[in-house]
Amino acid sequence: MNHLVRASARCLRPASLLWRRAVPVVPVPVVPVGRFLSAATDMQQTLGEMVKKDKVVVFIKGTPAQPMCGFSNAVIQILRMHGVEDYAAYNVLDDQDLRQGIKEFSNWPTIPQVYINSEFLGGCDILLQMHQNGDLVEELNKLGIRSALVEAETESK
Amino acid sequence: MVVTAELIREKLLKELAAVHVDVEDTSPNRCAASFKALIVSSRFEGKALLQRHRLVNGVLAEELKEVHAFEQKTLTPQQWETQKPQ
Repeated sequence: MNHLVRASARCLRPASLLWRRAVPVVPVPVVPVGRFLSAATDMQQTLGEMVKKDKVVVFIKGTPAQPMCGFSNAVIQILRMHGVEDYAAYNVLDDQDLRQGIKEFSNWPTIPQVYINSEFLGGCDILLQMHQNGDLVEELNKLGIRSALVEAETESK
Repeated sequence: MVVTAELIREKLLKELAAVHVDVEDTSPNRCAASFKALIVSSRFEGKALLQRHRLVNGVLAEELKEVHAFEQKTLTPQQWETQKPQ
């Protein structure tokens, strides 16, 4: 019964919050978690928590200080231009499970990947186009982050 | 599976009923590791950028497993008309 609750909850993403809240009110026998949750499912839950933890989250190859791919570098540079400094960056090259897991989690085949406010924004192309057409400034605004580019423009007027 | 620019182009033309597709192999030795595509299709109308890219990724799901990078620009025929270099 317990595994059924979990299995059905898993289909509803984000499932992590849902079933954790449900557990205390449904008196079910305690079973070892590992028996029903595979490593891949654990990773999907971890990812759900990772993208919620910070307002801006990026999954890249390398680190912000040393990106290992031109596209990851482009994402870092765009964020830098907008003065976004407070973001979480995860290096997928450090962890094969993370690298595969995030592709499944986002249903997106490539790295880098950008999350804003727990929502998948897109990869490098989308971030670049949103940077070019001004949408990124608006997205950041919604988070209460004032883009450094807007700041610079206001000052020069 | 050998992924070529031509294969990607054919697939996008057919499955997205695209009116224009340019695909370029952007890997240093043209070794089919990365591609850049411009896709013009009326299927993109009324769709946000993320949805357009998801549509393309869906068509190329198998191919994208093989390549390192895939850059895409997705335009509606109307956007294509206004952006086309004269």
